[in-house]
Amino acid sequence: MPAAAALLLLADGRFPAGAHAHSGGAEAAVHAGRLTGPADLAAFCLGRLHTTGLVAAALAAAACAGHDPRRLDEAADARTPVPALRDTARRLGRQLLRAARATWPDPALDALAARHPGGLHQPVVLGLAARAAGLTPADAALAAAYESVSGPATAVVRLLGLDPFDATALLARLAPDLDTVTRRAVTAADAVPEQGTDALPAASAPLLDIAAEQHAARSGRLFAS
Amino acid sequence: MTVTARARITAAPGGRLPLLAGEGPLALRRTRAREPGWAQVTTVGAMSGPLGGDRLRLTVTVLPGAALRVTSAAAMVALPGRDGAQARYDTVLTVGEGGVLHWLPEPVISAAGSALRMTTRVELAAGAHLVLREQLVLGRADEPTGRLTTRLTVRRAGRPLLDQELDIGPGAPGWDAGAVLGGHRAVGQVLVVDPERMNEPVAVALPGPAAVLAPLPGPGALATVLAPDGLALSRQLTGIAERMTSGARREPVAV
Repeated sequence: MPAAAALLLLADGRFPAGAHAHSGGAEAAVHAGRLTGPADLAAFCLGRLHTTGLVAAALAAAACAGHDPRRLDEAADARTPVPALRDTARRLGRQLLRAARATWPDPALDALAARHPGGLHQPVVLGLAARAAGLTPADAALAAAYESVSGPATAVVRLLGLDPFDATALLARLAPDLDTVTRRAVTAADAVPEQGTDALPAASAPLLDIAAEQHAARSGRLFAS
Repeated sequence: MTVTARARITAAPGGRLPLLAGEGPLALRRTRAREPGWAQVTTVGAMSGPLGGDRLRLTVTVLPGAALRVTSAAAMVALPGRDGAQARYDTVLTVGEGGVLHWLPEPVISAAGSALRMTTRVELAAGAHLVLREQLVLGRADEPTGRLTTRLTVRRAGRPLLDQELDIGPGAPGWDAGAVLGGHRAVGQVLVVDPERMNEPVAVALPGPAAVLAPLPGPGALATVLAPDGLALSRQLTGIAERMTSGARREPVAV
């Protein structure tokens, strides 16, 4: 498969890796009254992209470049201070690995699954899936960055009955920021051989962390996270 | 005029301070510790600041088996410099085997128009104990915040335990939206690393409307609190810190 098409497949919300069951913190933000319409959603996605999205993009780029998945997973853990989000990241990582092994059969992915039965953080798996698909670290970073905003935008259409045109338009307006985040992620991943995983960004979003645990404790959720 | 200031503290067992050197905004005083065997140091900034362009560096070493508490006499107010330059404040904390460090500074207040980058790097031995409190207040009364970028990196036995960067204020994308601070004007954390007590991870708790206390992927727990202002933050953090440290080790471990 030509690499460009592989990137479309990997970044497609319909790729069967379980992401549709998660709102990226949007449901909790809606519940708390912090996300009520298109303007809030745009600001929410911008903040998420430059925090969680940047970290995920850099982890994916570093994994795609061939850095030790175990070290990257440790770095992801240190950047995820609440268990609800660590559990979600590993669950999504296991689901993505299953889908990627079926889509792009590769002994490296089989070995990864055997070595890490508990799963790895999803962005690390995303980077390795991109590698198996013949994609570059920049492709992996872009896919991770895009996913960090496409998930919440799609979820809010369902949660608030938001106009899908509005949600899509705001994703299009984020394109320059997606490029910026992708570039920063790749630059950071390039520094890993010399500086170790401390070179990776650690941008945090306190409300996403707090709301993730509040969400996990709540009943009657539409999305798992 | 910009300032470059360095300070160093080294704590040894028995409450000794073989090295205590600071100057200007990082002037240091030995203060009275409540517990025997402890040393206590208070930073007493001889001027307000940092101003844009300033470079501050504080290096703290707790030797194996030593116990140190570091406090500050007043909040640190980041103020604008003449040319809009960024100020830097870098702290390196190292705690040896069986050592105890309580790092409890007063808040950092980001004044309108200021730009401060703070890094705190913590290197813990496998058997080191740490209580670390951080409070960031965004703007003085009724003013917008300046730009404040903080990174807290904690490594234990050479492996990453916690790594968090927060980028707040004019120019930081999306910082005030529902994913990051959502209109709150004060953010704080309490980190406790206690290798003996935390063999079993602490249970997740939600001690306030915008607060979480959760186990880290290692023998530590982190509380993160958002509040409308510095006073509300400080009240909440004090309560949570007491809960987190009740029963915590007060004595350094003989090595």
